Amino acid sequence: MKFSFNKLMVHLVLLMFVLVWTLPIFGLFISSLRNKDQLIISGWWSALRTTERNEVGRTGDMDDQFERNGMYVISGSFFAEDSGKKNIKTLGLKQDALDTYTFDEAVDMGDGSTLTLAQDGSYDWVSPTPFEHTRGKRIFYVANIPPTFSLKNYTEVLQSERIGQAFLNTFTVAVPATIIPIALAAFAAYAFAWMRFPGRQFLFAVVVGLLVVPLQMSLIPLLKLYNVVGDQFGFEAKSYAGIWLAHTGFGLPLAIYLLRNYIGGLPKDIIESARIDGASHFSIFTKLILPLSVPALASFAIFQFLWTWNDLLVALVFLGKRPDQIVLTSKITELLGSRGDNWEILTSSAFISISVPLFVFFALQRYFVRGLLAGSEK
Amino acid sequence: MEQIIRALLVMGGGVGALLIYFFGSNWILDLSLRDGRTRDGQYISREKIRERIRPWLFVGPALLILTMYLIYPAIQTIILSFYDKNSQNFIGLDNYTWAFNNADFRQAIFNNLLWLIIVPTMSTIFGLIIATLADSVRWGNIAKSLIFMPMAISFVGASVIWKFVYDYRGPDAAQIGIVNAIVSFFGGTPQAWITIPFWNNIFLMFILIWIQTGFAMVLLSAALRGVPESTIEAAKIDGANGFAIFMRILIPQITSTILVVWTTITIVVLKVFDIVFAMTNGQWNTEVVANMMYRWMFRSGDFGRGSMLAVVIMIAVVPIMIWNIRRFQQEEALK
Repeated sequence: MKFSFNKLMVHLVLLMFVLVWTLPIFGLFISSLRNKDQLIISGWWSALRTTERNEVGRTGDMDDQFERNGMYVISGSFFAEDSGKKNIKTLGLKQDALDTYTFDEAVDMGDGSTLTLAQDGSYDWVSPTPFEHTRGKRIFYVANIPPTFSLKNYTEVLQSERIGQAFLNTFTVAVPATIIPIALAAFAAYAFAWMRFPGRQFLFAVVVGLLVVPLQMSLIPLLKLYNVVGDQFGFEAKSYAGIWLAHTGFGLPLAIYLLRNYIGGLPKDIIESARIDGASHFSIFTKLILPLSVPALASFAIFQFLWTWNDLLVALVFLGKRPDQIVLTSKITELLGSRGDNWEILTSSAFISISVPLFVFFALQRYFVRGLLAGSEK
Repeated sequence: MEQIIRALLVMGGGVGALLIYFFGSNWILDLSLRDGRTRDGQYISREKIRERIRPWLFVGPALLILTMYLIYPAIQTIILSFYDKNSQNFIGLDNYTWAFNNADFRQAIFNNLLWLIIVPTMSTIFGLIIATLADSVRWGNIAKSLIFMPMAISFVGASVIWKFVYDYRGPDAAQIGIVNAIVSFFGGTPQAWITIPFWNNIFLMFILIWIQTGFAMVLLSAALRGVPESTIEAAKIDGANGFAIFMRILIPQITSTILVVWTTITIVVLKVFDIVFAMTNGQWNTEVVANMMYRWMFRSGDFGRGSMLAVVIMIAVVPIMIWNIRRFQQEEALK
């Protein structure tokens, strides 16, 4: 459009929108790669800066001492083993005197002993006389935490939080719940578009009406039905087959609507000439219509896959929370409750859960947009 | 691993059963009602009968599933809403009168109204602004693609993302949520945003706006491109400025798309559950009807009140449903 908008303003406003729309995702991603100690003391925007943190370490006690060259020594490290490039900046013996000494400087401990703290957090406390204290002494220090990025948070959630299992469960839900409605809807859509049967208009109007029925209307009766059927025939009420069918039911109206619009828009001539040649509707459908409908089928498949992958409510109702059934969205809401402050777990789990939709989205954006337009413009 | 194999097997079985049904039923139809000859050698075509039955083979499974998963439950839910907790005793309108005297419910209705007013409006306005701006700069397509991206993300994922954005660390600690970091940078006091009644509703709504704007943008952008260039040219010749062209020429020509966007987002808003469930679970006066329904259905196991709350959502949808069907019938009449 050729408007007399101030060009710079246009760029700035648009840039602002893009930032608000992307930075939250970007921040989540960066945070998921950060060390969990850094994550809680500095914002992700300062991820490239070295952060300082005031910490306190406790030395060993008399049981830890050993003799070296006639002196009594206690040594060890204040840092955990996997602290990466963390290092000591300054230290002191009191909480309000953190910068009295630097690393490697001998600290007079008062009773003739000296303690040296190396930059890597290891200390050597040397005394001419045996140590007699039963509680270790506290040393206050400032640690530099240089930026580190790793996949550690990911490996951790995959192993200890069972996110990997939940990931598989989500796939187990989403793939069949995408394929089944497509197969059913394609046949129905063809019938609605090209076959004559009584009640065709009315039934399709019903489908259009069902497009907007909130799925909340279905939950309670289906839950009761599943329980009854499960009791009668002795299988579990919460099962994958149950959720596939539920997703199929909830996805069908849109599938039939989209595909019928597409198939109905195919040129009349090809179908009529095939009919004249004696082809049955069944062979026209399988040999002619299906191959021509691939773009529409792909559009719907993307919708349905994203919807089932991202769904929380249906999974909460129709699947249990056992490890072999819980899906990612449900798992993450659980973590939000139990691990609300462990951002290293939340960010990496959330990113695992959104990575698949984002991949699908970027790989197949064209079909996605086409489907959106077809669903609403027709 | 075992699970993957089992899932693949069941999946294959399901899809196989579908294929067997469609191929098999059509084959049986062709076989049992094939053309033949009468005893005196006259040729009979049974084509007509076959083609009268075949449509039902095509639509049958879909209709069966729709009936079982949408139509029957919807009717059943309406009935259950007049029954008590365990669906044993008919209690008339008691669930409804209980609701209207319940402070939680009134809060939920009030919040839902806020959501209904604010989310579709803001998503549409933002979508319109972005569509217009993006069409006038060279990097517009990238911008659109990025703004569209949240559309693919789950409500739960978006909730985690925004919970992190709104995070609050206490007045003295360094803020790791970007909102509070910006607030403290400009000398303000950091707040626990999602616990401040009333305004927290707006912060939750923004998550949905963030997701839905991309949808609005895509549809409106396509509609704007469909506006004939000649109408804009004519307005320019008549001396209209950019804003006037936008308001008087473009907007009127895309009204129907704006309505479609609006109603689609309205439906999404009415069903909104995940965001509230994940962010606050209705605490701090953020309750909405869909979350309340979930609470009554599962936490309290009260199917009567749960059904009643579902019906309340449905009642709000009915006008849109009727409008949709009317629009569809008008379009069919034009064909």
